[in-house]
Amino acid sequence: MAETPRDAVIIGGNRIPFARAHGAYAKSSNQDMLTSALNGLVARYGLQGEQLGAVAGGAVLKHSKNFNLVRESALGTPLDPKTPAYDVQMACATGTEAIGSLANKIKLGQIDSAIGGGVDSISDAPIVVSDQLRGILMEATRAKTAGQRLKALAKIRPAHLAPQAPGTGEPRTGLSMGEHMAVTANKWGITREEQDELAVASHRNLAAAYESGFFNDLISPFKGLSADNNMRADSSVDKLAKLSPVFGKDLGESATMTAANSTPLTDGASAVLLGSEEWADAHDLPKLANFVDYEQGAVDFVDGAEGLLMAPTYAAARMLKRNNLTFEDFEYFEIHEAFASTVLAQMKAWESEDFCRDVLGLDKPLGSIDRSKLNVNGSSLAAGHPFAATGGRIVATLAKLLYGKPGKRGFISVCAAGGQGITAIIEGR
Amino acid sequence: MAQDSYTEFVNTGVGKKITKALGLPQPAKLRRYTPDAPLIPGPVVLLGASEASDILARRLLGWGLDVRRHIGPKEKVAAVVALFDTAATPAQLSETVLAVGGLLKQLKASARVITVFRDPAHTEDPAVRAARKGVEGLTRSLAHEMRAGSTANGIVLHEELDIASPSVAGALRFLLSGRSAFVSGQFITVDSVNGALPEDWAAPLAGQVAVVTGAARGIGAAIARTLHRDGARVIAVDIPAAGEQLAAVANEVAGTALQLDITDDDAGEQILSHADQYYGRLDIVVHNAGITRDKLLANMDSARWDSVIAVNIESQLRMNRALLKSDLFNRPEGTVGPRIVSLASTSGIAGNRGQSNYAASKAGVIGMVSASSAQLQARHGTINAVAPGFIETEMTAKMPFATREVARRLNSLNQGGRPEDVAETIAYLASPAAAGTSGLTLRVCGQNLVGA
Repeated sequence: MAETPRDAVIIGGNRIPFARAHGAYAKSSNQDMLTSALNGLVARYGLQGEQLGAVAGGAVLKHSKNFNLVRESALGTPLDPKTPAYDVQMACATGTEAIGSLANKIKLGQIDSAIGGGVDSISDAPIVVSDQLRGILMEATRAKTAGQRLKALAKIRPAHLAPQAPGTGEPRTGLSMGEHMAVTANKWGITREEQDELAVASHRNLAAAYESGFFNDLISPFKGLSADNNMRADSSVDKLAKLSPVFGKDLGESATMTAANSTPLTDGASAVLLGSEEWADAHDLPKLANFVDYEQGAVDFVDGAEGLLMAPTYAAARMLKRNNLTFEDFEYFEIHEAFASTVLAQMKAWESEDFCRDVLGLDKPLGSIDRSKLNVNGSSLAAGHPFAATGGRIVATLAKLLYGKPGKRGFISVCAAGGQGITAIIEGR
Repeated sequence: MAQDSYTEFVNTGVGKKITKALGLPQPAKLRRYTPDAPLIPGPVVLLGASEASDILARRLLGWGLDVRRHIGPKEKVAAVVALFDTAATPAQLSETVLAVGGLLKQLKASARVITVFRDPAHTEDPAVRAARKGVEGLTRSLAHEMRAGSTANGIVLHEELDIASPSVAGALRFLLSGRSAFVSGQFITVDSVNGALPEDWAAPLAGQVAVVTGAARGIGAAIARTLHRDGARVIAVDIPAAGEQLAAVANEVAGTALQLDITDDDAGEQILSHADQYYGRLDIVVHNAGITRDKLLANMDSARWDSVIAVNIESQLRMNRALLKSDLFNRPEGTVGPRIVSLASTSGIAGNRGQSNYAASKAGVIGMVSASSAQLQARHGTINAVAPGFIETEMTAKMPFATREVARRLNSLNQGGRPEDVAETIAYLASPAAAGTSGLTLRVCGQNLVGA
């Protein structure tokens, strides 16, 4: 990428443990969780009373009352209230987008410090009234006389009262994300076995990282939970093989996606502290890694030309070209495990001569990714995936992995609903 | 914290009448330290004629106190400082002792009696040692006789020590102030001329960096708050599982949170590296983290025994080794060096049924502290322990009502202490004005009858 005026440094991160939906955080709101993650970050780095350049983040599922979710959360911390804060939303890439755009602002010299992150709750999801009922209520609000108001309200029928919960279905196709992924997995010939192996590796790697104390300065407990409660350290391919497919069932024998090789619905929050080199030094803060570059991608999934979660494959090609890098230049790969098959399909695409030539327009394939460098401390299949919180989890984990390895690079891929995605490059210090 | 409703009741008009008529204990509301309160609210009577007495008088006057050699029979007395530093025989104690006795009925609430004498261990002369031990005995008895939140304590001077040494002033000021509210019947030994008096007595730890382990709640959180109030920047340490409360404490004291298991082999190194990264210095380490796993020894399993020993004493030994190897935890220049203060327990002194593991670990702390003193002195530092008695915490709030009620009243102040009382003593031992005191285990127990 073109020389930037200065580096954007990742100083550290904090997240609360991720909890399976309707469990440990069932009674916590997005604001509670994000505030806790921010408070832990402020405490870890002694940021009390500090005026930062910005706090940005978001939630995918958000109550309308949370129109200023991040600002309200930041106001609940000891940060100087003069710190601006704003919401960002790009589905599951929300956290990564927030962090990437803050890094850009730091590089440009617009701000010296920032916190980026995200939060999501399935347990406290906004449930809304039906469009018909909402229409009637709005009509009643506009009424000028009591008679008009009564007339409007008299239109309410029992069927209008059924609440509507948000789904993870794609508005334009009506298919759930899992069903979309099942089509892509089938197209790329992703086997059940390799998906289960990837899921087991995720659990084992995450458990080993906890065991070694890796997360001691990346996680602070919340509501009595001190580790991700989806994690199964004793997970095995044999156990996983017993599960029945939950997505792509119309594929019959070829259905491969189970509850274990798909991420569970999860609640959680994360935050990452960024700063310029000078700001970090002036505040005696560690400098784990640089946030080098990031790229958004989007694909046309609506008419079926491309898989819903394949956008990062395109973004990666452009980002690597711009930075004059190949996969061989990377020490670690963090590919968000929306589904095990998402990771595997993206990797197959990058290995495919035809795809890389015909679709990505490359001279040769991007190549294969060494599995020993992939999601080495676990990923979303084990940790869980509170949509907007995943970016912060990945960036902080990767930055810590690269700390003390100056010049070594890490690669990030995060897919998102709406056929979008983000890839990013981090470099150790 | 547990609610001591009996003490609240006694301190109402009707409560006082009823409980007095029934001959029940009379716990008083103790005078506790706040930075803007007077050091001692009323006249300080200085007894015992010696050269030392003039030096102390000048010191007390320098603090703006109302110092008297004599006082009228109608006047209230806030403190009595009695000098026995020249006593050579038990018979010579008489005049000053009886003068103290004559003032006891004039004491205000939360008054102080402070005896000052030379260390009995430093003389081989039987009569001199008998006289000095005599002062110990009378001070302890006096502490039992005190009423209305008043206390009696002693300052024990090294044989050759100049009474003008800063740490004598430091000990005197601590004992006069509300910081020592729950300390009674105890002795502070001053062994060296090391030490410095702070520019601002309200911020004796200004500019210093302190680590507090087990800081997420209870006594540890109180220590973090007290050290912060006294001017220190605080690194709050606790196990990762306590991280949520730890963050709240760190944010409250504008410090940093370090999630760490102190039984990790490299816990000391992790603390040093954090201090170096965020503050570039480390002055004070408070080993507060501790656990209990009570069981009669006959029913004790290795998990209970070993975990208590590992957390309460082995971890401290290991961390101290790392600290004492480090250049960061050192002040080569000056006379005020690094401080270690450990949490012992009255269980470690007297033993306690069902607590063989805990008592072993806490007695171990007392041993460690006395044996480490020389190593710290080589760095102009000190190491001391504080042994709390019954303190009102979340832990003691869980005790059965009757047991708790008995435990509370079983001391000369007829009440439990507060976490802040322990914290105040730790802050004093960590301060530059206590640099002359090392290897000591100071009890904060209201003169608990257990192990007295």
